[in-house]
Amino acid sequence: MSVEIALADVAQARSGDKGDLANVALFAPTDALYAAFLREVTSERVRAHFGRYVQGRVERFEVPNVRALNFVLHEALGGGGARSLRSDPLGKSYGSLLLRLRIRLEEGDLDGAIVGRRAAR
Amino acid sequence: MRSVRIGAGQGFYGDSVDGALDVARHGDVRYICFDGLAELTMAILQRDRMRDSALGYLRDLPAFMNALLPLCRERGIRLITNAGGINPAGAAAAVREVARRLGMDDLRIGVALGDDITTRIDELRAAGAPLRHLDTGADIDEVRQRVVFGVAYLGARPLVEALEQEADVVVCGRVADASLFVAPMVHELGWGWDDWDRLAAGVVLGHLMECSGQATGGNFSGDWWDVPELDRIGYPVCEMREDGTARLSKPPGTGGRVSVDTVKEQLLYEVLDPRAYANPDVIADFTTVQLRQVDSEVVEVAGVGGRARPDDLKAILGYLDGYAGTITIGYSWPDAMPKARRAVELIGRLAARHGLRPLEQVVEHIGVDSVHGDAAPVPEDINEVMLRICARFATEAEAKQFPRLAPPLALNGPPFIAGGVAPQQTRTLLGTWPALLPRAMVEPGVEVHVDAAGAPA
Repeated sequence: MSVEIALADVAQARSGDKGDLANVALFAPTDALYAAFLREVTSERVRAHFGRYVQGRVERFEVPNVRALNFVLHEALGGGGARSLRSDPLGKSYGSLLLRLRIRLEEGDLDGAIVGRRAAR
Repeated sequence: MRSVRIGAGQGFYGDSVDGALDVARHGDVRYICFDGLAELTMAILQRDRMRDSALGYLRDLPAFMNALLPLCRERGIRLITNAGGINPAGAAAAVREVARRLGMDDLRIGVALGDDITTRIDELRAAGAPLRHLDTGADIDEVRQRVVFGVAYLGARPLVEALEQEADVVVCGRVADASLFVAPMVHELGWGWDDWDRLAAGVVLGHLMECSGQATGGNFSGDWWDVPELDRIGYPVCEMREDGTARLSKPPGTGGRVSVDTVKEQLLYEVLDPRAYANPDVIADFTTVQLRQVDSEVVEVAGVGGRARPDDLKAILGYLDGYAGTITIGYSWPDAMPKARRAVELIGRLAARHGLRPLEQVVEHIGVDSVHGDAAPVPEDINEVMLRICARFATEAEAKQFPRLAPPLALNGPPFIAGGVAPQQTRTLLGTWPALLPRAMVEPGVEVHVDAAGAPA
């Protein structure tokens, strides 16, 4: 069995700015999903997912104590908050952009996780 | 075991004072710390100072003090704020004025100076600090002639000195966000300046608290719809113990939520390498932090490890980098997107005909792709769209003229515009230039002054 989900179906995320760098922290709700994120959500995939928004490299740091991956996106804010021409100059929405990413899960990856919770429409 | 209770009062320039008032009334704290400085804020303050040299500090500081001082005086709560921005002396004078007006001539106001390196850049380079761009390694000469401000990040020491001199209110400029919170911990708990694990614990708690409601249920990406009463969200309050373990909570009766899930999002906010979070006083290892829910709305923070402080201080320089002119035009169904695309072509040709030469431009369709860019699927035949074109120019005159190209399209362009064509304000663009600076070039010049509000200036 293998299923595809969006990170938004299971994960938390928060993003912020440091000059022209942005960071996006991605949080897994269970150990199994943390292992799946380690396997699936690579720097390369994140770089491709963000497309033209990221001109530089993407680094990934592991933060197992809170089951998180922290991505640092270089040259990702149009020169930085006070220099950017974008309507989101601080990358506040980059967390939600990452949550759009779709990944493939294996048997057991979703054990104990709540999938697809959303606000009432 | 000794402990100290500290509350957060502000998370950014523009924050509401309500959170600080709840902390003062119901938080049972001895200190409230206010962080109003982000990199973007430094640029905003610089624009203020360019217009009026008496400005350059947070303009809402007098209003905050006016609302808080009577209550805090009565309860013996001391206030620490970096609202001084790039003019801490001016900010201290503003606090003095509020205190006098409130009849508090004996209120002791401390100010820390010495973070401003604006006029010292060439001197620092001559002394051997290359000020290369921290991320790209680029030479400062690329922007040197356009640099308009520079600040070095100070740590908690000058603030501790002001507390030792019995300041009731401490005002500073670019002190690192977390250090505002570390200062009362060091002062009250007697930590040594080489007590790396405890200093790191202080930095972690400071980092968790510096963005006010972002640790207590605000901007929460989990089940935000179930977080109660965000309209009266409680700002973080911590009880830090002598051994470096802490409990994070919020004032009773307030809204929001303190859980491992809300707190961990803030733990990694604006963090680069979590193993090496560099603060002027210590390098904290965020991968050691253990979060545990110990009670309703109480999270324990323990296990924090740190190592020796960095040799260099971080500095931020700001440089002028052109001017932005912004056009917005709304279009309605049918064919909203094709209309917006046609408008972009028309604006491009009009700009060229008027001799306006954008150095670069960003085109966004608000409601479609303005925040997720290429990753956002464009739906078929949308109801409406707000087109936004933001262009950068070498001259302010061009940036001012650019938005004026839009209104005529209401009559001369594609049909059924849906508002939004009023010209937007022109912005001066400021690039930020992070660099490292040996601490010996900054720290000897740091000064702390503490005086009663009624003392002659």
